[in-house]
Amino acid sequence: MKAIINYLSDPVFSFTGIIFFFFLGIKHIEVVASKKFATIALILILIIFGWMSLDPVFLSIVIWPDNVPIIFLLALVIWSTWFAIHKGVINDQRMAAGEPPVEGTPENREKVWAWPNLVYTELFAIIAGTVFLIAWSILLKSPLEEPANPTWAPNPAKAPWYFLGLQEMLVYFDPWIAGVTLPVLIVVGLIAIPYIDTNPKGNGYYSFKDRKFAITSFLFGWLLLWIFLIIIGTFLRGPNWTFYGPFEFWDAHKVVAANNINLSEIFWIKFLNMPLPKNIFAREFLGLILVAIYYTFVPVFITRKFGQKFLITMGKARYYFLIFLVLTMMSLPLKMYLRWFINLKYIVFMPEFELNI
Amino acid sequence: MADNESFVEKVSKTQVWKSIFRHGPPNNARNRAAVVAGNVFLHLHPIKLKKSGVQLGYTWCMGGLTFFIFLALTVTGILLMFYYRPTAEYAYNDIIALREHVPLGIMRELHRWGAHAMVITVWIHMFRVFMTGSYKPPREFNWGVGVILLVLTMLLSFTGYLLPWDQLAIWAITVGSNMAKATPFLGNGGPGAAFAKIGDFALVSDKNDVRFQLLGGRFVGEAALLRFYILHCVFIPVVVAVLIAVHFWRVRKDGGISAPL
Repeated sequence: MKAIINYLSDPVFSFTGIIFFFFLGIKHIEVVASKKFATIALILILIIFGWMSLDPVFLSIVIWPDNVPIIFLLALVIWSTWFAIHKGVINDQRMAAGEPPVEGTPENREKVWAWPNLVYTELFAIIAGTVFLIAWSILLKSPLEEPANPTWAPNPAKAPWYFLGLQEMLVYFDPWIAGVTLPVLIVVGLIAIPYIDTNPKGNGYYSFKDRKFAITSFLFGWLLLWIFLIIIGTFLRGPNWTFYGPFEFWDAHKVVAANNINLSEIFWIKFLNMPLPKNIFAREFLGLILVAIYYTFVPVFITRKFGQKFLITMGKARYYFLIFLVLTMMSLPLKMYLRWFINLKYIVFMPEFELNI
Repeated sequence: MADNESFVEKVSKTQVWKSIFRHGPPNNARNRAAVVAGNVFLHLHPIKLKKSGVQLGYTWCMGGLTFFIFLALTVTGILLMFYYRPTAEYAYNDIIALREHVPLGIMRELHRWGAHAMVITVWIHMFRVFMTGSYKPPREFNWGVGVILLVLTMLLSFTGYLLPWDQLAIWAITVGSNMAKATPFLGNGGPGAAFAKIGDFALVSDKNDVRFQLLGGRFVGEAALLRFYILHCVFIPVVVAVLIAVHFWRVRKDGGISAPL
C-alpha cells in the first residue's frame, strides 16, 4: 500500500491526477460546494493524514518545526477554497432565482457602527491571534542548526518554504526563467489582473458563474502551480532534489537515471542521424521556431477558435497580454510533461549565451 | 456626588480621564462616532460601514490579521535587536545566548512563527480579495499596492531567514540569491551577460552583477549578513509601513470594504 502511494505521488501521476480532479471539480462545482461533500472530504483527509502520520518517515518530515506552517497553510488553503466556492455557488443560485447575492440583501447593505461591530471583532481577532502565536511558540522551539559553514553544503539545500514552488520549477526550467523571469511575470501578471479583467460582474461578492474563466485560471495557478509545487518541493524532494515518496527514506544514494536530452539532439542525432551542426542557430533552429510559434501562431489559433468575442470586448492590448500571460503560465505544465514523456531537457539549448529554454 | 455612583463612573468624571477621552461612553450615536473619529488608531475605520463588510464570513479578517502580525513582528523584532549583533563572529552565539540564557524566552519563536504566519495570512487575504472580485474598479490600484506588499512580506521573511547564521540560513540564502546570478543581462550567469564586454573585459562579472550587489560579495558572507540585517530591520519595514498607510488610506477612499455595487 505504502509502496503504491510512494509510486503514485511521483509528479507524473500526482500532478496529472490533481489536474484531473481540479477540472472535474470545476465541472461539478455545485457538488464540491455542498456541505455534504465538505464533510466527507474532511473525514477522508483526516483519516488519510492520520494514517500517513503513523509512518515514522512521513511524520519526521511533517513535524520538522519549519514545515509545521505548511500544514497550517494547507489547512487554510483547502478550507478557504471550499468556503469561497461554497459562498459563490449559494450566490449563483440566488441570482439565478432573481435574488441579490447574500452580501447585497437590504439587511446586509444596512450601515452599522464601527464601534462596537467592527472594533470588537478586531479585538477578538487580536486576542485569538496572540493566543495562537504564543501557544505555537511555547509548543515548538525555533530550530537552530550548526553554525554557518560556507565550505559544507547540506543536501538538500532548500530555500524557505514559500519559495519552494520556484525551486521546484528549477527542475524544469533554467534559473533565468524559474528564478527571475517567471517570478517577475507572476508579480506583473497579478498587478495586471484588474486591468485585464474587464468583466464588471462579481464585484464585492462571492460568485462563480459570473467569473468562470477568471476564477478557474486563478485557482489553476494558485492551487496547482503554486501550492502543489510547494508541497512537492517540501515533502517529496530529498537529497540532490531527487523525488522521494512520502514514506520513502531520504537515502542520498538513490540513483535516478539522468537521460534527459535536448530537442536539437533528438532532431539532428536521433531523427536525422546526423552530427549536430556547428552553427548554433542552425543547431537550435527547430527549438527557436517552436518557441516563436508558441507565442505567435498559437495566440492567432486560439483567437480564431475561441477568442474573437473577447478580442472585441477586451480590446487588443488587454487580450494579447492576457494570452501572453496564460501561455507563459501554461509553459510550465507543458515543459513538465515534455520532460516526463520524452525526457526533454531543453527546447532551445544555447549555453554559449546562457540561453536555455 | 451621589454615593451610589460606581467606581468607573467616578473615574470617568475626573479631569485626567476627561483629558484623555473627550467624549462619554460609546453607547449612543454621538459618542460612537466620536470614539472612532477622535482616536488616531481607531480613525483608520469609517464611522459606519455596510453590515456585509464587518462579517467574518465575508472578510475572514485576514488583512487585519496580517497587519496585527506585522505589528507583533515589529515589537518582537525590536526586542530581539537588543540582543543580536549582525556579524559573523557574534550572530550565531547571540542566538544561542537567547535560547540558553533567557528563561522561558519565546521572543525568537514568536518572531519566527509570526513571520511564517504573516506570509500565510497575506496569501489567504489576497485569495479572499480575488474570490470576492474586490480588485475590480475602483480598487484596481489598491490591488497593485497589495501585490507589492505581498512581495515585500516574502522579502522580509527571506532577509530574516539569514540572520540566525546557521547552516539552514546560509544555504537557503545561497540557493535563493543564486537566482540573481541568472538575471538576464544583469547577472553574470544570465542570458545576454556574455555580450556585455569590451574586448576581453567582461562588463558583467561576478564582482559587479546583481548578485554581488545583493550580497555585498561573491558569496554569502559577513557583508551579506549586514546587508540583509539592514534590509530586514530598517529598509523593507519602512517601505512596508508606508505602503500599508497607502493601502489602508485607499481602502477608505475607494469606498471601504467591497460590497455589491
